[in-house]
Amino acid sequence: MVRFLVRRVLFGLLVLWIVSGAVFVLFFVAPHDPARLIAGRLATPQTVALVNHRLGLDRPLPDQYASFIWRLLHGDLGYSYYSSAPVRQLLASRLPVTASLALGGAVLWLVAGIGLGVAAARRPRSLVDRGGAVLMLAGLSMPTFLVGLLLIYFLFFRLHLVGITVFPPGGYVPLTQDPAGWAQHLVLPWVTLAAVTAATYSRLTRSSMLEVLGEDYIRTARSKGLSEDRVVYRHGLRSALTPVVTLLGIDLATLLGGVIVTEQVFGLPGLGQLAWQSVTTQDLPLIIGTVLVASAFIVVANLLVDLGYALLDPRVRPS
Amino acid sequence: MTRRAGVSDEVLLRLDGVVKHFPVGHGLFGGRDADAVHAVDGVSLEVHRGETLGLVGETGSGKSTLARCATRLHTLTAGRVVFDGHDISTLSRSELRPYRRQLQMVFQDPYGSLNPHRRVGSIIGDPLAVHGVAAGGPRRRRVQELMELVGLNPEHYNRFPAEFSGGQRQRVGVARALALRPRLIVCDEPVSALDVSIRAQILNLLADLQRELDLTYLFISHDLSVVRQVSDRVAVMYLGKLAEVAPAAELYSRPRHPYVAALLSAVPVADPDLADRRERIILAGDPPSPIHPPAGCRFHPRCPKARPRCLEVEPPLVPRAGDGAAHPTACHFPVEPGENLAREAGSAA
Amino acid sequence: MTVTAPGQAAADAAAARPGAVQGRGPWQLAWERLRRDPVAVASAVTLVVIAVAAVAAPVVAHAVGHGPDDQYSDIGLTPAGLPVGPSRTFLLGTDNLGRDLLVRILYGARISLLVGVLATLLATVAGVVVGLAAGYLGGVVDVVLARFMDMVLSFPYLLLAIALVSVFGSSLTISMLVIAFFSWAAIGRVVRGQALSIREKEYVEASWSVGSGALRVMFVDILPNLLAPVLVLATLLVPAAIVFEATLSFLGLGVPPPTPTWGGMLSDSLAFYQVAWWFPLFPGLALLATTLAFNLLGDSVRDALDPTAGRVTEGGGG
Repeated sequence: MVRFLVRRVLFGLLVLWIVSGAVFVLFFVAPHDPARLIAGRLATPQTVALVNHRLGLDRPLPDQYASFIWRLLHGDLGYSYYSSAPVRQLLASRLPVTASLALGGAVLWLVAGIGLGVAAARRPRSLVDRGGAVLMLAGLSMPTFLVGLLLIYFLFFRLHLVGITVFPPGGYVPLTQDPAGWAQHLVLPWVTLAAVTAATYSRLTRSSMLEVLGEDYIRTARSKGLSEDRVVYRHGLRSALTPVVTLLGIDLATLLGGVIVTEQVFGLPGLGQLAWQSVTTQDLPLIIGTVLVASAFIVVANLLVDLGYALLDPRVRPS
Repeated sequence: MTRRAGVSDEVLLRLDGVVKHFPVGHGLFGGRDADAVHAVDGVSLEVHRGETLGLVGETGSGKSTLARCATRLHTLTAGRVVFDGHDISTLSRSELRPYRRQLQMVFQDPYGSLNPHRRVGSIIGDPLAVHGVAAGGPRRRRVQELMELVGLNPEHYNRFPAEFSGGQRQRVGVARALALRPRLIVCDEPVSALDVSIRAQILNLLADLQRELDLTYLFISHDLSVVRQVSDRVAVMYLGKLAEVAPAAELYSRPRHPYVAALLSAVPVADPDLADRRERIILAGDPPSPIHPPAGCRFHPRCPKARPRCLEVEPPLVPRAGDGAAHPTACHFPVEPGENLAREAGSAA
Repeated sequence: MTVTAPGQAAADAAAARPGAVQGRGPWQLAWERLRRDPVAVASAVTLVVIAVAAVAAPVVAHAVGHGPDDQYSDIGLTPAGLPVGPSRTFLLGTDNLGRDLLVRILYGARISLLVGVLATLLATVAGVVVGLAAGYLGGVVDVVLARFMDMVLSFPYLLLAIALVSVFGSSLTISMLVIAFFSWAAIGRVVRGQALSIREKEYVEASWSVGSGALRVMFVDILPNLLAPVLVLATLLVPAAIVFEATLSFLGLGVPPPTPTWGGMLSDSLAFYQVAWWFPLFPGLALLATTLAFNLLGDSVRDALDPTAGRVTEGGGG
């Protein structure tokens, strides 16, 4: 058990190391000149060289990499070229936005998805079931930005025309500052996220539920005279939810790394937008920082999921 | 005792101290094994040309593993396999190829042993294709001959396995095994997955083919009554080792090993009076794990006759007092004629 | 001497019909099921229409007289410089630069379909090869390849895609390669799992006992039996690839302008949706229709290949 844990942690660290290395290499392979970008288009070569030197970009590659790794091990992610602020601070300031978005959206899609999935499983091939299937396919087929656009159009623009300004088209208000404003600004993004994801969860719940409801112990519960509701919710749902929880872990981790598109559409200053910005400004430390954080979330989530499986089901425990 | 016509003294297949262990568990990065499943732990057997040697055992006895060791589908952990005088124990797959023409196998599962995406003609002709024996028209003709030989309609050459019944599929498996005119066929539970009414047909088919084509069989099964029907000699395995080997009639009338005696007492008997009078020997406990076989005689935890010696010393497989050279038993205190094990074990009358 | 089985009689009677002994394999059966599925047929037809329209884009452009990059600032824009709506000259209206939206959408279809299908094809081939090798060969090869696939699947793909594209520049080829790179591991994993389980089947053992070599077993026994899930996965990956491409274009990282892409058009329309509803609507509909059709088709293919609900299985005997 411990061996398994150690193995997975080591592997996770390996992944992170390779990812950071890959980004590092990528950055230096590509034609780039952040110094110029920072110095400005009209800067003289001397100025550019000066900026280059200040940023440490004129040092030999292995040298830069070595110092990068060294600082990384000390938890120092460096300074952003563009914003001249510590990367760590930038990341930390954006995280709450992305977290609000991801978690809120998750609650929404879980409720919708699981609810619909269970309803569909209880009445297979009914209107609810088939309707759910269609919804799922529609959800799968739509890029997030399209959903966002539609929502902005209908729930902001059209309502705005009529004089209702409930849903703002973007921007972020911190929770601590104004809870109502926070929620108000996040409703449309939440619905956007949920619309695309709920469908997958509903189908997953449905198929998992169907499998579980076919088991013998459910039959026993029914024959004991328990109400159908109790059978489904108390006995069936518990085991049916395992794959859902797994998926949730992975999805949340992926989202926490930055919901680039949704943040872009709704103008939310989260990790996604930061990542986007870092790439367009060729801000290497920031790029590496965001990529590392995103990968770290995914690696940790995978580890937790594997661990969860091993704990829940002793059969799965690797020998 | 008389031997069936067609059976000779010549040894076609010899297994010499065959050992097969499967590693269980792995280290930090997939390294050494901590434990191993002792599937086969030192089995020596001889199969004579023209005979049918039945190999019986319960699940976990290692009989299927032994079958696969004999045909070199597994690599041996230790021991030798000698086929027709040639030592094939450590040959690589490409070196083994020519021997495959003479040493074939029929598998247990009629549903799993045929590739659902291939037509039966192609399946049966596969050996011919692999060994470059025939192609095109001649191959097709040969396949159709084989189909007729096993009782299938040659016009069904282009059908898929899903369109055949279980018994017919097994015939396809037999036809495939016969394609290269082998000398020895290892049958791994060929009728266990079939309806009882169909078994007789397939067993008769195998018997007829043996006579016609001068075949030798190693016939694996867990079903004593089936083995009795087809075998000249019978070997009984328990937990990776042989318990007893004897000519069929002798084994069934005078079993020496307590395990064999217990098995035979459980075989259903048609005559209700006889069944009533017979006492079943009930063995205590479940078969132990092949990962940690018991010390001494492997059967001692369940044996009604177990004595202290049985826990310490492993009994060799040798003929016991009163038996001929053809009837070795691995037991320190074999069942004596007239002994009633049921009384000792606790019986169900 | 033959021992004929009883069930033969009925089979023989059936065989008497000419052409009746051809036999219907798993693929033929699946095809028949697919053919009878109205949803599958409808989606397939839709996709064919879209494909034809994409191929015929130059023809249409010639017919209406507008190229995809021609900016008609006089008739294509209002005096205030905003796009004009659907009319006889511009069937679907114009975009913010006065370009014919219909023609642009048709050319955009080329990009989407090309990238979607080719990227998926590339990913599928790579995934099958790697997965098959890993599953069949086992041992060290499997460990290394499987770990590699796990690693690829752990990457935050959109993020890295953006990084890659911004580093290497955006182009059709780069888009395709990037999308393929992030999709192949999903197929590879499935193929590996399938190969591992098929390898244990008795017919594979039978092939070994007959003397078949590794290559023959891989291609004759294992590959045909794992094509079904691969096909389903691939059909469902195509719309994902199309969405991925649209997202990249939306972010400005796809095929560079002025080449029309649906994502790019949607991105441009963001600033104008309040005054030009057709600008985001038609490209959006085109995107939706394409991906929906692929997804529905993929679902139907899955049902055709594996109709689990209420199928009666064969019994033993005869």
